[in-house]
Amino acid sequence: MRDAPVSVKPDTTSRSFPDGKPYQGVSTRAIENTAKLHFGNDGRSAEIFALTHHGIPERYARNMHTFSSQDQVVLLNACVCVVGLGGLGGAVTEILARLGIGALTLIDGDVFEESNLNRQILSTLRWMGVSKAKTAGNRIQEINPSVQIRIHEVFLDALNGVQLLEGATVVVDCLDNLKDRFVLEKAAKAAHIPLVSAAIAGTYGQITTIFPEDSGLSLIYGPEESVPTQGAEASLGTLPYTALLMASLECSEVAKILLKRGSLLRNRLLIMNLMDNEMESFPLVP
Amino acid sequence: MNTSIQIKLFASLGRYMPNNSDRFPIGPGITVRALALHLGIPLESAKLIFVNGQKSDLSATLSGGERVAIFPPVGGG
Repeated sequence: MRDAPVSVKPDTTSRSFPDGKPYQGVSTRAIENTAKLHFGNDGRSAEIFALTHHGIPERYARNMHTFSSQDQVVLLNACVCVVGLGGLGGAVTEILARLGIGALTLIDGDVFEESNLNRQILSTLRWMGVSKAKTAGNRIQEINPSVQIRIHEVFLDALNGVQLLEGATVVVDCLDNLKDRFVLEKAAKAAHIPLVSAAIAGTYGQITTIFPEDSGLSLIYGPEESVPTQGAEASLGTLPYTALLMASLECSEVAKILLKRGSLLRNRLLIMNLMDNEMESFPLVP
Repeated sequence: MNTSIQIKLFASLGRYMPNNSDRFPIGPGITVRALALHLGIPLESAKLIFVNGQKSDLSATLSGGERVAIFPPVGGG
């Protein structure tokens, strides 16, 4: 049992947004207590209850009003699967947990090593040799225990793929090689789940969104058979600011898919070239 | 006739960028494949090609004035 978080304000009270508009804030402690008393310790359900009864969980107060209470409920009801928990996936996990995605499935069979330290925000000296999936799960628990977490300390492959993605509303491709990306795309298509896919090399990053009926990765990399295991990252490495930027863009696509708002990168490739401050989106189909 | 194109080479292909990439002289009718070979780009690295922002391929011919962007495969995470 965790200690109740220290709260300097009452559990539920009238508060104000920075623009002065009042709202009924609900503290993390109140959510935890309500979850314990009424929702079988399910913080997500307690938060949805608050949001549908004119309360705003404090941890989502600054999501308002770019997102409405109803939007936050949609996010809380979603399950996002993050495949690969390295430079992209660690940051994606952190952002989605803070955003208030209600359920996260985290997949990675790898453990942390020292060469991860330049960019993988979940990697610390303490966790060298420790499972990335387990570490990600523990990190979410510390940030937002309302999030329901499923961790799989395995690599997604052609055999286990569809089963691992089961129940997900959106899948995020945070893998680190080209071959595995095609395996994941196949599984996401078979499971009829939209996929957000980003990749980085040096100061260069790219991202696209693939719905089950879209052509997808072959529009970028050519036919699967001709794809090498590694791309330009083999010679250019993977930089922290490129990884975190592309992770942010992946989360932005996830939010837009879930909220059915804004424009998506379907059949488009958004390219970032940080060395020259260039960002351009190219159509992948005529 | 003096004809030129604008060339953008991304990620690991940056090392093949010619100095005069904004006004790179070409013979009209040259293909993207011939251009890539001329610049020393390994063809297997010229995975994704855009001419004037539209998806294209190695067989496309250039007549001058185009903007050609060539990308290698990128897969890091």
